[in-house]
Amino acid sequence: MKHDIPAQAAHDTQQHPISLYLKVWGYLFVLSAMSYMVDYMHVEGIVRWTLIILFMLLKAGLILSIFMHLAWERLSLIYALLVPPLVLLVLVRIMTIEANYAFWTRAIFMGGGG
Amino acid sequence: MSRTMPDRQDREVLSPTLREIAADWSADQEVFRHTHWGKAMMWIFLLSDTFIFSCFLTGYMTMRASAVEPWPNTAEVFALTIGGQSIPLILIAIMTFVLISSSGTMAMAVNFGYRRDKRKTATLMLLTALFGATFVGMQAFEWSKLILEEGVRPWGNPMGAPQFGASFFMITGFHGLHVSCGVILLLIIASKVARGHYDRSGDYSAVEIAGLYWHFVDLVWVFIFAFFYLW
Repeated sequence: MKHDIPAQAAHDTQQHPISLYLKVWGYLFVLSAMSYMVDYMHVEGIVRWTLIILFMLLKAGLILSIFMHLAWERLSLIYALLVPPLVLLVLVRIMTIEANYAFWTRAIFMGGGG
Repeated sequence: MSRTMPDRQDREVLSPTLREIAADWSADQEVFRHTHWGKAMMWIFLLSDTFIFSCFLTGYMTMRASAVEPWPNTAEVFALTIGGQSIPLILIAIMTFVLISSSGTMAMAVNFGYRRDKRKTATLMLLTALFGATFVGMQAFEWSKLILEEGVRPWGNPMGAPQFGASFFMITGFHGLHVSCGVILLLIIASKVARGHYDRSGDYSAVEIAGLYWHFVDLVWVFIFAFFYLW
């Protein structure tokens, strides 16, 4: 199967303007400042967690796609890198159940002590 | 009709991008063939590193969720008194900005590397290493403040849940180790750039590979900042 080798060669000498990186840098600064403000303004509860996750994912997306050039990679490589970490959600789910169990065991049978 | 030839229905169902993925992963094995081998290896290393850091963060989540004592308030623990006024979490905020700036200079270094601009590439990489060293220095300050002044230990602390110290030292320590290794890697590659090593070989990929590692360190910090410091 013939592939886009010329396009790939062009990738190696790609010329993104420097302004693109400065722009992303600026966005990352703003997003970091906004996540800091979440703490500074004492935003609490579900709003706090939603905002933290939102700003985190936006920053991670910018770093991955622009700084790490993932936006210009082959789709197969992108999937090879982004799909495996999804199984970590299973680990998080299992450990949530485990932590819940440990917490109530401590609270009920160990007099709230460690 | 040959079975390997896609019929009309296949062509309608599969978009060109989906067909390309199927071909890449099937017998053609083209996924990594058009990528520089060093870059592919670095990506695979970073994927494995993702799992290590995720295990630490999941362990932290488990400990924090199962702790019966209240978790120490990170905004107060990491506050600094500047000009007689206590500003919450300010040191961590500055560290975040320093690391993001280093990522910015690194991205530009990679760009100038592909333009074969030796001087600017080496200078920007040195600047990146300098930001990285600053970050590690601030982390050393943070650690000594926590250990010597606040009495935080891996097995306990005066502020609350004893699991706090273990997660903190483990997660930030491992991240700091990554930053330190990154600074060394950047200095080595930068000196090679400055000496014209990659002009002779005609291949500036090493700069991009070092850049991938460096951006990953920044990426991990994004998650640590969100989950450990802000949560």
